[in-house]
Amino acid sequence: MTYSKRLDNRGFEETRPIEAKVGIIPNADGSAYFKIGNTWAYAAVYGPRNLHPKFLQDPQKGILRCNYNMMPFSSSNERVRPGGSRRSKEISMVTEKALLPVLDLKEYPNSVVDVFIELPQTEAGSRCAGICAASMALADAGLLMKDLVAAVSVGKVGSKLLVDLDYTEESYPDADVADIPVAMTPNLNQVTLLQMDGKVKKEDISKLLDMAKKTCMNIYELQKNALKEKYKADSQ
Amino acid sequence: MYGELKKSILKLLGAGTRLDGRKAFEFRGPIEIDYNFVNTAEGSARVRIGETEVIAGVKMEVGEPYPDNPDEGTIIVGAELLPMSSPEFELGPPGIQAIELARVVDRGIRESKTIDFKSLCIEEGKEVWLIIIDVISVNDAGNLLDAAALAALAALKNARFPKYEEGKVDYKEKTDRKIELRNQPIAITVVKIGSSLIVDPDSEEERATDARLTVTTLEDGTLCAMQKGGDTPLTKEEIEKMIDVAVEKGKELRGSL
Amino acid sequence: MTEIRIKEKEIVVPGEVLAVGMEVLPGTGTYRMNDKIIAGRLGLAAIDGRTIKLIPLSGRYTPKKNDVIICKVIDVNFSGWRLDTNSAYSAMLSMKDATSDFIQRGADLTQYFDLGEYLVCGIVNVTSQKLIDVTMKGPGLRKLRGGRIIQVDSHKVPRIIGKQGSMVSMIKNETACNIVVGQNGLIWIDGQPEQELAAIRTIRKIEKESHLSGLTEKIKEYLAGNKGE
Repeated sequence: MTYSKRLDNRGFEETRPIEAKVGIIPNADGSAYFKIGNTWAYAAVYGPRNLHPKFLQDPQKGILRCNYNMMPFSSSNERVRPGGSRRSKEISMVTEKALLPVLDLKEYPNSVVDVFIELPQTEAGSRCAGICAASMALADAGLLMKDLVAAVSVGKVGSKLLVDLDYTEESYPDADVADIPVAMTPNLNQVTLLQMDGKVKKEDISKLLDMAKKTCMNIYELQKNALKEKYKADSQ
Repeated sequence: MYGELKKSILKLLGAGTRLDGRKAFEFRGPIEIDYNFVNTAEGSARVRIGETEVIAGVKMEVGEPYPDNPDEGTIIVGAELLPMSSPEFELGPPGIQAIELARVVDRGIRESKTIDFKSLCIEEGKEVWLIIIDVISVNDAGNLLDAAALAALAALKNARFPKYEEGKVDYKEKTDRKIELRNQPIAITVVKIGSSLIVDPDSEEERATDARLTVTTLEDGTLCAMQKGGDTPLTKEEIEKMIDVAVEKGKELRGSL
Repeated sequence: MTEIRIKEKEIVVPGEVLAVGMEVLPGTGTYRMNDKIIAGRLGLAAIDGRTIKLIPLSGRYTPKKNDVIICKVIDVNFSGWRLDTNSAYSAMLSMKDATSDFIQRGADLTQYFDLGEYLVCGIVNVTSQKLIDVTMKGPGLRKLRGGRIIQVDSHKVPRIIGKQGSMVSMIKNETACNIVVGQNGLIWIDGQPEQELAAIRTIRKIEKESHLSGLTEKIKEYLAGNKGE
């Protein structure tokens, strides 16, 4: 059966419904959540703050530390065993690499900016949702940032190129699937995260990156509004 | 280290008030409970008491019963105090605070026989339901324990069994069967600072705590779990007073379910 | 040809284009990329002649020379004290900067300032590695006794102090409380319990509505309203 229509009737370049909110964890220096379809990511930023042990300190600039974690009840299948996995460690690492390029941490030598991404509910696209949330949380924390970072998965099911794969598409059994998470700085037009699972032709990459860029620009608008909402609310 | 903080708290308590203007036995309010907070769990709830926020989720698994209780399922309670929720929490496996919290919440549900473990039996000696409750802190503004116990109970209230057919659990299909709850245990932590007693401590009051007593009670006033914490001892009179307060405030919190 | 794309006091986010053209200059919190001036942080836009800069709305305190801050003693050693400054960096207060009195070598320094006590101190120096030296010698610098300490966003401190201290003076008068505002966002309040609470609620209100105009009037009314209770 060829894949010609999305199960939830979305357009091929349409994301699932998105909800973004900033300032949700009072203890944190910055915080936000980003919900796309059924995937929901919380992010909290603490920093710049003291860094121990000393050997981790960099006397020339602050360091960024990201931790991605799924809550035990966040999967619609079995319970997720707490304590992280190799997958979550890898995601933590690529998330850090996705966010670092926009930050200027020279003003904070020997200190750390900690980013905690926690997902209470997941259904495909969780690392991208985490990056979108973390990016807002970093801005909320008042850090120097050249741009925000937006992320979404693009890919291919059968012969169709599409944006924001949900679970049914990621795991589509009857055709070749490619799942490509992409993170970008929307205004500076640079890719900071790029991974792929699956099979895709070289010729498709250019179109897919264009689709990612367009979607990331839209996500940026939503992130921007969420940030402005928090500070505007104070002036009501 | 907290000498100055304690002095100001004691001064306020002496004048009948607290750091945020509350009275001694006043909870931050209104207490908010959002049922079915996440759609991936078999049951879930988010509880907010003041700025303290926790999420509890129920996942169900099928497993082998313990040899000495071949016709009974059971509950497992896990708690994580996430570094996202406070600058005081570190990454890593649950520390003693999280372990204590999980075990106190567990005892409140288990010892009160709120769930009939025999009703969780699928096939005696072979298969039983395991009800796993995970409580996660989102923001720690004090009194995580009471919030966690309330969230765990609220999550159990709306939990529904997934379909179980031919030895496999189908998590995508929820049945209409809920967990039968025979009562509603509520944990109330009463804190002693100096010679004053308060409930629902905020973060600063927790730091200034001399002793605390968590009492889990049922609708009819029966006690089903107790836990004393803090470095300072309690007298018998203090304990009795704290139990009285816990029973009364327990009724109030139960009303918010 | 210059095009300014934002309004004064508009909230802008990282990456937003603030202006286009070579005539405009990038002030603090902004940077230039080709012919565009771009926001380099979340902030409030301020146009100052030909310069656009951003006023921070949030973020942890950055210690600066000459700031008067409230610190907590976290360590005592032979030659001085280490203090928590409510930033990523601790400060050192050496014996010689602690008091005009002569302190004997080997004296018990906790007699002067003990763990957990709060001090009003002045920042003497901040090195590039963010080592901070403070002094207790100077007008208004002292150990704080009694009262209570709250923490606010350090960026709101100027609003809480007001022009020439007018805002904080108004709060002090209306609540009969002693108040010391540290540049690092720690504020000490000492008075009758209900009045302390009224002062704190007022400060929180200013913190929330700091970038609104007409704030002074609103706070005046708020304080009067509190008194009426």
